[in-house]
Amino acid sequence: MPSHDVLIIGAGLAGQRAALAAAEAGASVAILSKVHPVRSHSVAAAGGMNAAIALDDDWTSHAYDTVKGSDFLGDQDAIEIMCSEAPAEVMHLEHIGVTFYRNETGHLDLRAFGGASKKRTAYVADITGQAILHVLYEQLMRHHETVDRFEEWFVTSLILDDDGGCAGAVARDIRSGDMQVFNAKSVILASGGAGQCYKPTTNALICTADGIAQAYAVGAPLMDMEMVQYHPTTLAENGFLITEGARGEGAQLLNSEGRRFMEDTAPNKMELASRDVVSRAEQIEINEGRGVGPDGQGIYLDITVVPRKRVLEALREIVNIGRDFAGTDITREPIVIRPGQHYIMGGVKTDTDGATPITGLYAAGEVACVSVHGGNRLGANSLLDTLIFGRRAGEHAARRATNIPPPSTRDSRLREDVARIDTIIARERGGRRVSAIKDELGTMMNQKVAVFRDEDGLQEARETILRLKEEAEVAAIDDRGTVFNQDVLGAIELGYLLDCAQATVVAAIERKESRGAQFRTDYPDRDDEEWLKHIDLTRGEDGDPEVSYSEVTITQWQPEVRKY
Amino acid sequence: MAEFTLKLRRYDPESGEPAYWDEHTVDLEPHRSVLEAILQARALHDGSIGIRCSCRAAICGSCGVRVNGKPGLACHTHLDKAQRGAPDGVIEVEPMGNMPVIKDLIVDMDAVHWKKIQQVTPWLAAKQPVPEREYLVEHEAMVDVTQSMACIQCGACVSDCLSMEVDPDFVGPAALAKAYRFVGDPRDARTKSRLQELADDPHGIYDCTHCFKCIDACPKGVAPMSQIMRLRRRAGSDCHIEDPNNGERHERAFVSLVRDFGLLNEAELLPRSYGGDSALAKFKPAAAKELASSLPAIAKALLRRKVTPSTALRPHKLPASDLKAIKHIYDTVEGRAERVELNLYISGRDEDLL
Repeated sequence: MPSHDVLIIGAGLAGQRAALAAAEAGASVAILSKVHPVRSHSVAAAGGMNAAIALDDDWTSHAYDTVKGSDFLGDQDAIEIMCSEAPAEVMHLEHIGVTFYRNETGHLDLRAFGGASKKRTAYVADITGQAILHVLYEQLMRHHETVDRFEEWFVTSLILDDDGGCAGAVARDIRSGDMQVFNAKSVILASGGAGQCYKPTTNALICTADGIAQAYAVGAPLMDMEMVQYHPTTLAENGFLITEGARGEGAQLLNSEGRRFMEDTAPNKMELASRDVVSRAEQIEINEGRGVGPDGQGIYLDITVVPRKRVLEALREIVNIGRDFAGTDITREPIVIRPGQHYIMGGVKTDTDGATPITGLYAAGEVACVSVHGGNRLGANSLLDTLIFGRRAGEHAARRATNIPPPSTRDSRLREDVARIDTIIARERGGRRVSAIKDELGTMMNQKVAVFRDEDGLQEARETILRLKEEAEVAAIDDRGTVFNQDVLGAIELGYLLDCAQATVVAAIERKESRGAQFRTDYPDRDDEEWLKHIDLTRGEDGDPEVSYSEVTITQWQPEVRKY
Repeated sequence: MAEFTLKLRRYDPESGEPAYWDEHTVDLEPHRSVLEAILQARALHDGSIGIRCSCRAAICGSCGVRVNGKPGLACHTHLDKAQRGAPDGVIEVEPMGNMPVIKDLIVDMDAVHWKKIQQVTPWLAAKQPVPEREYLVEHEAMVDVTQSMACIQCGACVSDCLSMEVDPDFVGPAALAKAYRFVGDPRDARTKSRLQELADDPHGIYDCTHCFKCIDACPKGVAPMSQIMRLRRRAGSDCHIEDPNNGERHERAFVSLVRDFGLLNEAELLPRSYGGDSALAKFKPAAAKELASSLPAIAKALLRRKVTPSTALRPHKLPASDLKAIKHIYDTVEGRAERVELNLYISGRDEDLL
């Protein structure tokens, strides 16, 4: 049975940063991931990472932009930490090898991004996430003696000790089918988001809400789950991401009349208003018949206004995506995009050290909700979130672990999980396929729990999820083997997705106002009197979410009318 | 929508049976990807089909396979194009080569690819002292290494590397492209020693045979072979590293022969590689020794009529005007104040260079 001071689940940016920080603090560390670390979805983050490093910039300006972007739902103490620590983190990454682009004086270049009052996004072409992820993995290879890597291991459950603290996890070696208990004094969840609750989504197939559902299952509260970000520029056809960096470099949004409609809603920031604002404006154009593309469900993103040399140097990945997945040369013609599911602001509730209310359990990155993003995340703040709170969680978890004896775990959870997997594999054929249930969930969520929501749609969504949960209980699979049985993992992931989608819908029904990414057509105004608070969800006795509230931490910025 | 038939190479390590072909027909638009076709077959027909995949957009590097015998990403290969490339219209999908198969289309990348990455000390050896803020470096230098940073570690180049097929110890295209990422990085303190190691290693930069397969295979335009050639230029021309494998001199011999004769002169290649450009090169001990040890191979080639004594010993003849044109190319390239390196991120496309 592997036993470590700190066990990290997930090896994207948050997980790898946590592992390196915990190891540096002297802890014995294991990092475990269901895919090879460089396949983690952080690899897809394109545009960059925000930090007030320019000499005429100030972290409080970054913090204010973030608070405003969150529609005043973000916790300001956490936002202050994130923004004030950002410059040092960017410099740290630069020192270990990230190839940030430079300006003519050889200093880090900065590009414009949505919702920001200054250029403050450091970047590597439009592969910033990939560049940082690969550099962190270089550091993991370098520190292989202090960080044990378990690559292609799938977590089935978190383990609690008799006092209700987290003491490790049960995981399956995907390659051999072998199941083991991983003992740990501290466990950090860094397993990413839940985009696969939606179809289409910019998120990878691996983004299946694993950590959210695992934490929720052992009693950890979830927070801000109704806040689901629709990115303004995803490929109309298949939902692939076109980076906000394109608009940062000057690209424009046009409706069927060829008009820059953002001048109506955001005359100052235009295309670089915050994402919820831009996505809503686009959806209104589409709904009112001014969309483009074969079915009128798209909007033009015109990148041809950016000089071609600059596009090839700094936006090369979307040149490839346009060419390979839409048959469009973005340097010569506009590309058809639309709002698409991209990110969840909500997640496992943590404090500013990444600690959840369950002793010994931490969370960082998209799986967590600190909450620095509140109702809407600013572009290029997600890499920052993963790295700052990944590091803080790693350091705190390591410090905590040095002062306590190793936990004693029992094998009961392991036996239950082995039996659960055997049962899924042995299910009689019949009923619907896992893939069919997942498809229905995603399509339905994209219709009813999207940019615009209302009570009727949300209630339908709630009922559909309850039915799908029943169907998932008996969904049969084909693979009876143990080596790389991806089929059985898909069945477990479907369960995770349904738990997460249920939480999202329950919270969206609960919040009877419009704020950030949650726009209720039946409650179209922000209501600070009633709803300037977080919605927390905990798993109830009957398995359904129970609602409670927590206060929004306000340090220096009182809510005000949000205009871009 | 159109119908496509896929023929998947399946292997179940638990069955005790050898690998076999498995056919599925799917309905998809022609510009959709081979990965989408495989996922549809898995969703509708057989959930046990094994393939790694995640982002579907050629960023995560999970779904390296061979389609109709050619390596690449399944998500990055269009169905219509794949169908046109299939002899009988049936799209063949197999696991990548040069790596052991675990199950179906899943190969053991740790055993080959990642092992090789670890051989090139794959992290920045930062120059000291570390500055308080960022290192001050030129924008062009960062853009330059972005081409090798763009590698997504999918293994497509490793799959069909001919040198690796012959010499499994060859460090290989992906790891050498990774090495260039540090050699080309002005913040790295180990440039010279990295180059020395890669040149001295008998399985290092001079083990590549210029077959271009890795350039064809790479879905991200990393052009691993070009990065290997850049490592050679940095090692040979810039750092003057003479390697024990004779790689640098061998390359120089190629260059001087083509300048002198317009085409390769095989009979002179070996003497020049070991003895230098002089006419007496073949009498130098190193060249004589190498010549003697090559005699069996030369005899075999003669016996199999791959060469005749006259064609082997006489240089190829080119018209004087062609020879002049070739000399002009040499003069132009060697007369430049600075070496021009082709780089996708800087130039965009080949035609933009001109």
